[in-house]
Amino acid sequence: MRRFVISLWGLFALTAPAYSAERVLNMTPGVTEISGQVYQLHMLIFYICVAIAVVVFGVMFYAIFKHRKSKGAVAAHFHESTKVEIIWTIIPIIILVAMAIPATKTLVAMEDTSQSDLTVKITGSQWKWHYSYFEQDVEFYSLLATSQKQIDGEEVKGAHYLLEVDQPLVLPTERKVRFLLTSDDVIHSWWVPDFAVKKDTIPGYINEAWTRIDEPGIYRGQCAELCGRAHGFMPVVVHAMEPEKYDQWLADKKAQLAAQREEAQKALQSSMSLDELMVMGEKVYLDRCAVCHQPTGMGIPGAFPAIKGSPVATGPLDEHLSVVINGRSGTAMQAFANQLSDQELAAVISYQRNAWGNDTGDMIQASDINAFKTQGSANSEEEQ
Amino acid sequence: MKSSSIHKEKSAPMADADIANPDTAGGDHEHHHAPKGIARWIYSTNHKDIGTLYLWFSFAMFLIGGGMAMIIRAELFQPGLQLVEPEFFNQMTTVHGLIMVFGAVMPAFTGLANWMVPLMIGAPDMALPRMNNLSFWILPFAFLILLASLFTEGGGPNFGWTFYAPLSTTYGPDSTALFVFSVHIMGISSIMGAINVIVTIVNMRAPGMTWFKLPLFVWTWLITAFLLIAVMPVLAGAVTMVLTDKYFGTSFFDAAGGGDPVMFQHIFWFFGHPEVYIMILPSFGIISAIVPAFSGKKLFGYHSMVYATSSIALLSFLVWAHHMFTTGMPVFAELFFMYCTMLIAVPTGVKVFNWVATMWRGALTFETPMLFAIAFIVLFTIGGFSGLMLAIVPADFQYHDTYFVVAHFHYVLVSGAVFSIMAAAYYWLPKWTGHMYDERLSLWHFWCSVISVNVLFFPMHFLGLAGMPRRIPDYAIQFADVNQIVSIGGFAFGLSQLIFLWVVIKCVRGGKPAPAKPWERAEGLEWTVPSPAPHHTFSTPPKVD
Repeated sequence: MRRFVISLWGLFALTAPAYSAERVLNMTPGVTEISGQVYQLHMLIFYICVAIAVVVFGVMFYAIFKHRKSKGAVAAHFHESTKVEIIWTIIPIIILVAMAIPATKTLVAMEDTSQSDLTVKITGSQWKWHYSYFEQDVEFYSLLATSQKQIDGEEVKGAHYLLEVDQPLVLPTERKVRFLLTSDDVIHSWWVPDFAVKKDTIPGYINEAWTRIDEPGIYRGQCAELCGRAHGFMPVVVHAMEPEKYDQWLADKKAQLAAQREEAQKALQSSMSLDELMVMGEKVYLDRCAVCHQPTGMGIPGAFPAIKGSPVATGPLDEHLSVVINGRSGTAMQAFANQLSDQELAAVISYQRNAWGNDTGDMIQASDINAFKTQGSANSEEEQ
Repeated sequence: MKSSSIHKEKSAPMADADIANPDTAGGDHEHHHAPKGIARWIYSTNHKDIGTLYLWFSFAMFLIGGGMAMIIRAELFQPGLQLVEPEFFNQMTTVHGLIMVFGAVMPAFTGLANWMVPLMIGAPDMALPRMNNLSFWILPFAFLILLASLFTEGGGPNFGWTFYAPLSTTYGPDSTALFVFSVHIMGISSIMGAINVIVTIVNMRAPGMTWFKLPLFVWTWLITAFLLIAVMPVLAGAVTMVLTDKYFGTSFFDAAGGGDPVMFQHIFWFFGHPEVYIMILPSFGIISAIVPAFSGKKLFGYHSMVYATSSIALLSFLVWAHHMFTTGMPVFAELFFMYCTMLIAVPTGVKVFNWVATMWRGALTFETPMLFAIAFIVLFTIGGFSGLMLAIVPADFQYHDTYFVVAHFHYVLVSGAVFSIMAAAYYWLPKWTGHMYDERLSLWHFWCSVISVNVLFFPMHFLGLAGMPRRIPDYAIQFADVNQIVSIGGFAFGLSQLIFLWVVIKCVRGGKPAPAKPWERAEGLEWTVPSPAPHHTFSTPPKVD
């Protein structure tokens, strides 16, 4: 084993210059009291295991070197000893009890979500996180920010490749944050190693977890439960800041969201040209739809239907609006009503109806989306 | 295969000459009227032929499942998506797991049981020979269906071998029905195999072969067979509910219809945890046969080995939820499952201590079976240590669903179960083929395997601790160099297994003739019949005193 570990280090040294990012080989002690305890626990058990290994393998390899026939060893005849059997049953039990005590303490502390200062609801869906701050009227989606070109190797990979998002979860330090976790579709798992928080988000369930962050900083994690095609592309990024800065951020965010809502209202009055719709629609499509339906609109046969030439995208508009806005139950098609603005929905639906030779010539405006949402039907026919 | 049968026919009369105990082998093995050629294998009800079929089938599956692992490791050689689509990557991880568990490891053990259990207890054959034929011959179809699903539109199963709902139901590919059907067939095959083993051991032991004279391989297989009968129906229930949820509008696991996705995990792991012991208990039996044979001593603590195996089997029904600590169980449930899981370390420890005590003050020799057995003890124990670490709930929150878990279960399954199967193959190849295997090649196989398996799986611990989730086709760049080492280890391990194939084929075709008892200090009835073991053995039961 030892020799092996040394040669392993040699191999590391050889390949090290290839990538410059900092290499980590052990669990992080993290930035919370709990994560520190978890790290201590991990190291404690690790050392106990190493000690047991040294003793057991030591005895075994002593026998392998000393008691070999080629060195003239003659086999002894013993093959039973109740005393020894009892000893090596009792000693492990004592060691296990010694491990269980600190583990139980830490676990009970980890599961105590009472007396929190603020609550954030985390909702997983394929393949993004939604964060909602309770009683603050602040909520947003958080999506992978790494470009497809970096993934495909057409661009140099950045330092935070696959661990960067458009809008990180912002949390205050030194306050007890309670998380409520659930899912819109399949099971995901929200994990930030620096907080030692990993909790599954399960449709139909609301799970609880909590953290109290000691140090400001940016902490990165990933979805930990296989959740489909883009499971590996669903990072978690948390930006922890001092309470005052956090309060400021929260105020700014509220203002920003209010401004966005106002803009959306204005968009209802305006209309976009087909070119504008196509440009915006393509961007939204590539960000949100292409992962399943593919940039070519061809889908993946047997898994995700094509949009190119599909009856939905070339047929009656209401059906198309319904599928995109409300999703399609019993399938992987999710509801985008709250994920995209009316303008974005209008653009992406227009794009789908005109790209890849669909050429319906339909132009959908934000007001159509709004009308569909409120009345269940679009009024675009008159405008054509 | 054909040549092996020819050799058997040829060497049988000669083998008569060196029968150690004419009483035991004086059967009518020369008068068997089995069909020749392919029909011999299709119609066979002979435990040795069926054992051989199982073993070759398992090896073929091992290579196919291994090929999929090579695809996985090639994609993970560098960050970025190079070779395969994420969708296909998920199919590879899923089918690799299913094939290795149900196609490679389990059939290998059933093959060993078929060959060795009757020889070890002095029975002429398995108790239910026709069912034995059926239980093997439905297996290739199960895997044909599973593999064929990869070529359907939308691809094969892509939800992990654990097929958690609703990813496998509402969100599963169109081919899910094929997956369900093939798992049903595998389950039926396993249950039939298990029934056969139990009936054989209970009813067909030679006179004087009392319970506490049974070789440990027989004991561990008996306990494994009970586990199989207990849990395979649970798996069948799980896949059936997946089937009806997906195709018939039920809502067992669909929260929107009042169902419960977590219930799926409880059901799956109620099968799944005993299942992992199904894949390791027969290994314990193999190691308990090999270590004494090459230490020149009787197995230390035979009785405690039997009790330890039984307690592991019983405890295996009380620990399933340790796979589910992050699903948000109540604290008392987490504590219960943590304590029960930790408790398993005690009987498992007893086994390791017993093997070491068997070697202690023995007169050790290091033939290839012994080398694999020693590697098993060391590497399986390392897997046991990481298992203990995973039992600690707070730490498990960090380890869960990372490469630490992947490292853990590959240590117990590859350098554990698979190494024990290879140890068994080397140990009994002379009995099966009548030839000694090529020692030099077998050493190459051993050393290449044991080094590469560690280069492959040991660094995975680091990846997991550093935060790399499992089942991802692409990863952040701080994981790049360790993944590269892992992939190199993977390719080396894969190639090393071709040496094994070579050794086995060479041994089947010829080699130094093996005496009835090629291992001077080995014990057991199987060494009282000639090598190769004639078609029919123990037609008159031997007397065991």
